Amino acid sequence: MRFDYHTQYRQGFALFKDNSDRILYALLLTVMCAVPWLASSFVLGELAYVFILCIASLGLMVLIGYTGQVSLGHAAFVAVGAYAHVWMMNKGLPMLTSMLSAAGISAIAGLVVGIPAIRVSGLYLAMVTMAFAIVIEQVIGNWSSVTGGFTGMPVPDAQIGKWSLSGPKSFYYFCLVLLVLVVVSLFNLLRSALGRSFMGVRESEAASYALGIQVNQVKIIAFGLSAGVTGLAGALLAHHLKYLTPDGFSLLLSLELVLMVVIGGVGSLRGAILGGLLISLLPTLISNIKPWLPQAWSKQSGFETFIFGFILAFFVLFEPTGLNGRWLKFVSLIESFPLYRKDTFKRNKRYMKSERYR
Amino acid sequence: MSDYLLVWAQLAINGIAVGAIYAMVAIGIVLIYKATEVLNFAHGDLLTVGAFTAWGLITVFEFSFLTAMVLTVVLVALLAFSLDTWIIRRIAGQPQFAGVMLTIALAFMIRGLISMLMGPESRNYPTPWTGQTLHWGGLAIAQLHLLILACALGVTLILYYFFKFTRLGIAMQASSQNQLAAYLNGIAVKRVNAMVWALAGATAALAGVLLAPITLVDISLWFVTLKALAALVLGGFGSMPGAIVGGILIGLIEQFAGVYMPDGSKDIIAYLVLIVVLMIRPQGLLGEAHGKRV
Repeated sequence: MRFDYHTQYRQGFALFKDNSDRILYALLLTVMCAVPWLASSFVLGELAYVFILCIASLGLMVLIGYTGQVSLGHAAFVAVGAYAHVWMMNKGLPMLTSMLSAAGISAIAGLVVGIPAIRVSGLYLAMVTMAFAIVIEQVIGNWSSVTGGFTGMPVPDAQIGKWSLSGPKSFYYFCLVLLVLVVVSLFNLLRSALGRSFMGVRESEAASYALGIQVNQVKIIAFGLSAGVTGLAGALLAHHLKYLTPDGFSLLLSLELVLMVVIGGVGSLRGAILGGLLISLLPTLISNIKPWLPQAWSKQSGFETFIFGFILAFFVLFEPTGLNGRWLKFVSLIESFPLYRKDTFKRNKRYMKSERYR
Repeated sequence: MSDYLLVWAQLAINGIAVGAIYAMVAIGIVLIYKATEVLNFAHGDLLTVGAFTAWGLITVFEFSFLTAMVLTVVLVALLAFSLDTWIIRRIAGQPQFAGVMLTIALAFMIRGLISMLMGPESRNYPTPWTGQTLHWGGLAIAQLHLLILACALGVTLILYYFFKFTRLGIAMQASSQNQLAAYLNGIAVKRVNAMVWALAGATAALAGVLLAPITLVDISLWFVTLKALAALVLGGFGSMPGAIVGGILIGLIEQFAGVYMPDGSKDIIAYLVLIVVLMIRPQGLLGEAHGKRV
């Protein structure tokens, strides 16, 4: 048994809840740092890809999970980040500068999309972002002088000063460092005044407006921030893919990012990482279990799509709080071990509540 | 007639025919949205199911086109009915976003199942009107386009009559306005909503059967959902006449953009229209302005 007992004001929003939290996270970090000595280079490449997608899903989580603005087109920002980064590297900029400016350009694109977001919300916003992603995909395909068109363009090798990052080990560490940086800075941001105003806007726009929060400004900032983080992931993704084509940034990627956020659990950074982990490893998992399945299913291309849909439907119907909710339940079950009750997590009956404008 | 006018008239006819399909799909989405407040992203996949069913009935079981059309409409309506009764209904009361996610999930599942069962290749099926054109004063009108127009007009008239004069149609209107009040007045709201899904599925299937001969029977038919969303936004979200007007306008805009605008713009013009309309006039052409409930 453990009680959440605060003796100081600052404990309420401390980075770590208590010492066991600190130890656990330090252990996790040590394990992640030790992985390159244990795993093969294929696994390292996969893990680097997982980290990249986790960064993207963290970016989207800020928008969907914390600010409540649904975007179904975040692949557009991944694409903008990736192409801007490669374009600037080809112009001769050093990698880190180009990566940060790519994130900046992506953030500006986010601000541009965020401006209609002031006028519309909910479903309309989902549609605007989706349309924006489709338009961006076509623009990339047709703007061949900068993007290489539909045939694509190669990505220059990753290199900081004299260090080459093209080996699996060094690229793994680079992705890990960026992921940790992004997690820590987002976590800190979300417990600041700005982060709390994000959550205020999510819960009730009218109430946060009444409390003096500039709702429009907050929404646009959330869009820019989210797009910037996602653009950073895009720049990293370019180095993972080594060759950019517009197909890699289709509607499917947008939907996968949303899937990560929803399956992970809306409204928690841990959820974004868990969701990113599950969704990015799913294709590998599926190809591993394929040999045990009947030939007629496994050799068809639609199998993966079906599994994605099935998992998403399963989570929406049976576990709306996502993997993070499941994790929290598990933790509280262990913490209150002999004393838990069967009905602790029973969901209340819900009734239809209209969200329609009228 | 001068050449310009001729080209314009030709484009207008093609545009109206394609737009009529978009309008039919959009009507289905509006029906479901008004009744259950779920934005159905799986609507295009119901349409794909319709196209594949029609292909199976016509080429494998060798039904005539009209029989196959009627059978397909009935089958897809049943599918939509059971989708609502078994799956969609469970999320009533959750935020709107849950509905979007659930229908996207269903869309993935349907798409995956179809490509598992049928493989990736495109198909085609014959209709009595394929390849036949009507020549009238220099205009070449494909008879398929006339069929589409006739069907769209028929659907519109039937729906108008249905919602205006039948008990079930009025019950649907009532339950879409206020579910609790409708329930207290003795309307079986759950069943009525499932019937709305069936009706929307029927229009989607009809649109699929008619669209497939112009394009191909293919898994990518679901993209019509996105065009229909653009049509809905242009016409005014949640308004039936708006869906029809918006659909036909989007069809026209696409045809003219294909000729008079740079390459590749035909594919994205619908989405550009969507973005611009939502930025300038979010309530659309025929929609009403609403305030948000707090």
